[in-house]
Amino acid sequence: MLDHTSREITERKALVINPAKTCQPIGAMYAALGIHNCLPHSHGSQGCCSFHRMHLTRHFRDPIVASTSSFTEGASVFGGGANLKTSIKNVFSIYKPDVIAVNTTCLSETIGDDIPTIIKDSEVPQGKHVFHANTPSYAGSHVTGFSNMVKAMVTYFSQGKGDGSNKKVNIIPGYTEPGDMRELKRIAKLMEISHILFPDTSGVVDSPMTGKYRMYPKGGTKVGELMDTGNSMATVAVGRFASEAAANELEKKCKVDAHVLNLPIGVKATDEFIMELVKITGKDVPYKLEEERGQLVDIMTDTHHHYHGKKVAIFGDPDHVIAMTEFTLSLGMKPIYVVTGTPGTSFEKEVNAMLENAYVEGRVKSSGDLFELHQWIKNEPVDLLIGNTYGKYIARAEDIPLVRFGFPNLDRAVHSYFPIVGYKGAMRLIEMIGNALLDRADRDAADEDFELVL
Amino acid sequence: MTMSKKIDSILEKYPPKVKKNRMKHIVVKGKNEKDEIEANTRTMPGIISNRGCCFAGCKGVVLGPLRDVVHIVHGPVGCSYYTWGTRRHKGRSKDGESNFLSYCFTTDMQESDIVFGGEKRLRKAVKEAYELFKPEAITISSTCPVGLIGDDIQAVAKEAEEEFGIQVMAFNCEGYKGVSQSAGHHIANNVLMQDVIGTGDAETKTYAINILGEYNIGGDGWEISRILGKIGYHIVSVMTGDGTYKELKSAHKADLNLVQCHRSINYIAEMIEIKYGTPWLKVNFIGIESTINTLRNVAKYFGDEVLIQRTEEVIAEELTSIQEAMDMYKKMCEGKTALLFVGGSRAHHYQGLLKELGIETVMAGYEFGHRDDYEGRDVIPYIKMDADSRNIPDLHVTKDEKNYRLYLSPEKLEALKKEMPLSRYDGMIKEMKNGSYVIDDLNHFESEELLKSLKPSLFCSGIKDKYVAQKMGIFSKQLHSYDYSGPYAGFKGAVIFAKDVSMGMNTPTWGFITPLWKQEPLLQGEVMEEVATC
Repeated sequence: MLDHTSREITERKALVINPAKTCQPIGAMYAALGIHNCLPHSHGSQGCCSFHRMHLTRHFRDPIVASTSSFTEGASVFGGGANLKTSIKNVFSIYKPDVIAVNTTCLSETIGDDIPTIIKDSEVPQGKHVFHANTPSYAGSHVTGFSNMVKAMVTYFSQGKGDGSNKKVNIIPGYTEPGDMRELKRIAKLMEISHILFPDTSGVVDSPMTGKYRMYPKGGTKVGELMDTGNSMATVAVGRFASEAAANELEKKCKVDAHVLNLPIGVKATDEFIMELVKITGKDVPYKLEEERGQLVDIMTDTHHHYHGKKVAIFGDPDHVIAMTEFTLSLGMKPIYVVTGTPGTSFEKEVNAMLENAYVEGRVKSSGDLFELHQWIKNEPVDLLIGNTYGKYIARAEDIPLVRFGFPNLDRAVHSYFPIVGYKGAMRLIEMIGNALLDRADRDAADEDFELVL
Repeated sequence: MTMSKKIDSILEKYPPKVKKNRMKHIVVKGKNEKDEIEANTRTMPGIISNRGCCFAGCKGVVLGPLRDVVHIVHGPVGCSYYTWGTRRHKGRSKDGESNFLSYCFTTDMQESDIVFGGEKRLRKAVKEAYELFKPEAITISSTCPVGLIGDDIQAVAKEAEEEFGIQVMAFNCEGYKGVSQSAGHHIANNVLMQDVIGTGDAETKTYAINILGEYNIGGDGWEISRILGKIGYHIVSVMTGDGTYKELKSAHKADLNLVQCHRSINYIAEMIEIKYGTPWLKVNFIGIESTINTLRNVAKYFGDEVLIQRTEEVIAEELTSIQEAMDMYKKMCEGKTALLFVGGSRAHHYQGLLKELGIETVMAGYEFGHRDDYEGRDVIPYIKMDADSRNIPDLHVTKDEKNYRLYLSPEKLEALKKEMPLSRYDGMIKEMKNGSYVIDDLNHFESEELLKSLKPSLFCSGIKDKYVAQKMGIFSKQLHSYDYSGPYAGFKGAVIFAKDVSMGMNTPTWGFITPLWKQEPLLQGEVMEEVATC
């Protein structure tokens, strides 16, 4: 497995090997699925759309439907206006969504198609919406694409003066699983906070089996709610890379205060999320949440010997990785390699500061790839790998346990149904991390050291 | 409602322009004198097609499986990323051979490359790849923006070839070329034919064959090779499942080419015959009867009595070993119906195997087959080339005087052509039952409507369709990825397929879809009615 990865590290300036990111439009497609009755549309040649649908389908094991402009060579040279107009017409008459969310690909971005003008010239039925985000694949990553599409929701839909007239708090959940979005809503509900969570893929990409296929499942933020986000008291955006742009746009457009936080993964980040909600709304924290928090700290204390001091490599999307680094530190672990494929200098700064504070010497890299991470591991091994499915190649090559975390998870099921955010999510992560390490310890123990109780 | 009326009612729901277009892509077998279909034309924007692009057909399908080659994708990160490990072309290297199948290589183009050109980055990437891996060869595949900004990947490849002394091949397979994956097959075929095949001089043994258009999904190629090896054939190269660049170079030295996937590799099959004289045989290793027919045809081509005898022995042995299992699974499948919608060949290949299990195919279609895949190669002279495909270059080869040789005399070949599909393919439609449907480039709307009205027990398609069908309570078997199972080819594969399909159609979960409380209210309804009549 990965036999050609050498221990010796040579500098690479052009060749990326085994990337720790993918391209923008898939993130935009995922965000668009978080709007009720919305069909994502990919303005490019159809290969992109197929790839993105396939990848999301494999991750969620649920239907992921999106349309495409299906560029041909002619359109690629002379512009894709006609293709998009035909698409809009066909989609509304055949598939009848309320909203079409257009994303772009490297093709339509390179030729410079002017999407707003094309949409303006298109036949959009009364009461229906077409909106767009520019998502050039040659900039940023899928997380950037998600961020751009969420920002576009604000640009197109949000209305109001940010006077808090709807007595609601906006929550932007970042590029997380539907299980996480459900958990954020549960926390808000426990605190008796009215909220608008957007986008919201719960009930869309984790829809139930009923014997009837619904092209537009029950879930998703409704357009009316998106419009109403401008009347909220504040926006809490979790995960800077995925959510900050939309929150800032909403502040600029409708004067709704933006509160940007890390993803609430682990005890500290969840505390901060809840405190922010308290500060905004003046609500009390209910005993239920206090109980959950206490249970979490209890578990952390009971199990600290399972993972304390273990060296860990973490890779994936920046918001997830930043939050996970903090959480592993709070467990007493040593995150010595921390990598994201997504570019952005703030990532390295933030993670390095965390490591310094904890006196952990580690390597941190944005725009990194899994080939280099593997080389680092060859030079100094780790006890645990935390990252997406692609980590399984390294895990096998170096015989390291892997905790599947983040996007995509293509080889295990059920992950999208349960949270990793909040106190509940942290408990689940501890179980995953602990089990991975203990299963390995059991496997490796000599018979005489094989313990019944651990 | 008859099948024909069901299709009409689906078409009625379309706007007129769409209806007019889609009608031509739908054929009822036997309804008209000629079963003529429109295929390989552009996808309607917004229709929700299942198709992919030229890049996927070139790099993803044909090149990707060559395991001793570093395949560099020149473009933004997505295209390489999505073809990393997702198509299950397996490869196993012997000691000392390189195997790059678990790697993904890309130039990860950035905004500045789009603005100032990406040749510099590509040049550097090829150099880095060479220095790190010292592969047998390097391929460069271009993606959408590369053609638009005018990066000359051919020049970069040529330069690198001179500098490093290994072959560096460039493929202009931008995603927007042609109308589907099909264009990519053609582009890949051209370069492999022009620059690789014929450059090697490996020693070959008797009964030397190539297997063309077999990508070893889930180990299919290995099961095929096992059977052929048992009989005594010498496999020179496989295109391209578990294939190597090294073997491919000597492909011209085989005595016969077996073509499994006609769509993706018929170009090379045809060109090898023109250039080197080796004929090709359309084979099908999916299903028991097809496999047996194929083995008998191959043996007959070589004409050696010992080989023919050995073929029968192997067939008998293999049949004995699977009969009991197949009988058991047939009992679980008998009487069911299936819809098949797969890329460019499997929608045909699997019909026999399904029939052997007692499952009737009521509809079949290709994403990107051409008319010859539907109607047979006889229609090739009548196929109109349209504007969207005209820019896919045709490679014209001529007789290689030095290496051209005929294994059989032209007379013998002509005689054999009457008995078997030598350099011929008759297409899918001819083998289908009258009244069954053939639908080209089936889209989401049509799939949904057909599933609702035909209620098949089985929908064989891909990952994008799978969960749509299953939400309706219809088992969907992926015939691209085999749902991570396989092999499905050959004798052993038939049993695994039978097991998977039986399991999928009969898994207990289908019985749990409706909760008890949704079944109970029926009783309440009756009570209410009685009250109402009082």
